Amino acid sequence: MKLHEYQSKQIFSRYNIPIPKGRVATTADEARHIASELGGRVVIKSQVLVGGRGKAGGIRLAKDPHEAEDVAAQILAMEIKGLPVRKVLVDEAANISKEIYLGITNDRSARKPVMMASSAGGVEIEEVARTTPEKINKSHIDPLLGLKDYQARNIAIGIDLPKQHWKVFIQIANGLWRAYQDCDATLAEINPLVITEDNQLIALDGKMLIDDNALFRHPDLAELRDLDVEAPAEVEARKYGLTYIKLDGNIGCMVNGAGLAMTTMDIIKLFGGEPANFLDIGGGAGSDKVAAAIRIILTDPNVKVVLFNIFGGITRGDEVAHGILTGLDEVKPHIPMVVRLVGTNAEEGRKLLSDANMITAETLVDAAKKSVAAAKSEKAGR
Amino acid sequence: MSILINKNTRLLVHGITGNEGLFHSIQMVSYGTNVVAGMTPGKGGEWVIEGKVPVFDSAKVAVEATGANTSCIFVPSRFAADSIYEAADAGISLIVCITEGIPVQDMMRVRNYLDQKMVRLVGPNCPGLLTPGESKVGIIPGNIAIPGNVGVVSRSGTLTYEVLYALKLLNHGVSTCVGIGGDPINGTNFIDALTMFEADPQTEKVVMIGEIGGTDEEKAAEYIAGHMTKPVVSFIAGQTAPPGKRMGHAGAIVEGGSGLAVDKIKALKAAGVRVASHPEEIPSLLF
Repeated sequence: MKLHEYQSKQIFSRYNIPIPKGRVATTADEARHIASELGGRVVIKSQVLVGGRGKAGGIRLAKDPHEAEDVAAQILAMEIKGLPVRKVLVDEAANISKEIYLGITNDRSARKPVMMASSAGGVEIEEVARTTPEKINKSHIDPLLGLKDYQARNIAIGIDLPKQHWKVFIQIANGLWRAYQDCDATLAEINPLVITEDNQLIALDGKMLIDDNALFRHPDLAELRDLDVEAPAEVEARKYGLTYIKLDGNIGCMVNGAGLAMTTMDIIKLFGGEPANFLDIGGGAGSDKVAAAIRIILTDPNVKVVLFNIFGGITRGDEVAHGILTGLDEVKPHIPMVVRLVGTNAEEGRKLLSDANMITAETLVDAAKKSVAAAKSEKAGR
Repeated sequence: MSILINKNTRLLVHGITGNEGLFHSIQMVSYGTNVVAGMTPGKGGEWVIEGKVPVFDSAKVAVEATGANTSCIFVPSRFAADSIYEAADAGISLIVCITEGIPVQDMMRVRNYLDQKMVRLVGPNCPGLLTPGESKVGIIPGNIAIPGNVGVVSRSGTLTYEVLYALKLLNHGVSTCVGIGGDPINGTNFIDALTMFEADPQTEKVVMIGEIGGTDEEKAAEYIAGHMTKPVVSFIAGQTAPPGKRMGHAGAIVEGGSGLAVDKIKALKAAGVRVASHPEEIPSLLF
């Protein structure tokens, strides 16, 4: 789950990381109030969960409260990469003399968190990693010990940070580590961390990603979820414990298991079709879950055929068949359905579906070919 | 021979009184697995599965009383990391964790702790282990594989069943099937399993099922090129997966241009691995 800049920075400030003075506004009027409280120049920053806000015109300076109101009104009327701007952050403008990157993420191969720093801040760290990897200073953190002061100091030395800033940098690095750990983040990033003209270190921008699997112990963070970034069907699917991801094709898929669901998409493509979605109904899916899955797949108007691929292990074939019948009865789709049931109670399941006027398939390849053929004739028929 | 589990496996099931734990313990017992104990805090003193399996309050007492050497964990994700520590501290040497959805920072701490203790973990978020005809630990349906000389290692669940079933239909038997799980941080990776298969006299060839996310398949390819004498056949799922989206498994995500199926396939082919274009093609590549 992604947090907004203002949410991440609020968390950072609780961990003694200096952030600019400022507040979030939902109206231009509020933005003017905040700007006059702050006095002087302010920066108005759209709060949307996509990259490239600056380039899209979603981050702008204002010299006084009156201009802040105008700029905020314009930004609040924007859509950036399809997402509406509902909030702007009004921050005191900083006089920047240098920009640094500082972040912590999970290093899968090292099985440890890694702190990364670069004297080339302000730009995409992936870009730096690709073009000039030597400019990134990396330090793995023992998850059982935590970040040690010497590591933070060595990072400061590694990025040629002037000695006078080491003490505050160590404080910021420690704060970032604690925020990352306490919030179960998978990424905690300050980009840029700036040195101002009057020699202060300030976190100008902040970004945090929170581990969805850890939200049970962070009800306060779970509430911060911004539903704008997710397709409504994906939100609906989560309610039923399903994982649904919309794609651009026309063959809807309902599969049990993530690996098999990906494979089903791949094999459709291999035989000349285009999958419309990823959908994993999970293990032991009961009929209510299956019915919800069918409804969700059919919310996509591009879907011309639905392929059900179920390998019964924990999931029982007869139970899934009941679910399919319930779902079909409720939705009454007028498109062809291909079904492949294998494994536990598959025989019983197939019997239940024999009257449902579905195309049956024995193997994965057979199922893919039949779905692709059905999608093509459906397209030709319209 | 086989790897990790066999007739001598003495299993302790964590969460044996829960729905899933009990269901699969019954399946394991009927397959022939020696389930010697279960544990659920607060249920110590009870007996389950027709009075055959004693339940304990703690793993330590269970191990002392029954000589359990392997653990299988079915407890919910918020308690699963604690169960792994408990099993390791009780002297268990092989822990198989089925539970899905354990927070990744918990798993980083668990893995770094286990490395110090020299305890092997398989999983989490995995279907477990199956040595056909001898023992199964986890949730892999027993009837979809027959004993034989093919070692199988996979990041997936039902996709693994699909492959086992395709092998069985063409009379290919399996030495051991290892489900290493779909999480970004796990206990056993491809190289660990490949190393064990290479050393196992029963195993003559290996099937490796990977998916998008991370670079474990690329590292496995390097290992295969340098150390494996036995032929390896592979399949990689997620060629059509869009970048930046987590495809169900916590670890199945293409991030920052890394973890793409096409790179994994390229690396494997370069290492001499035969890569199947779909799972049903795998048996025909095993020669």
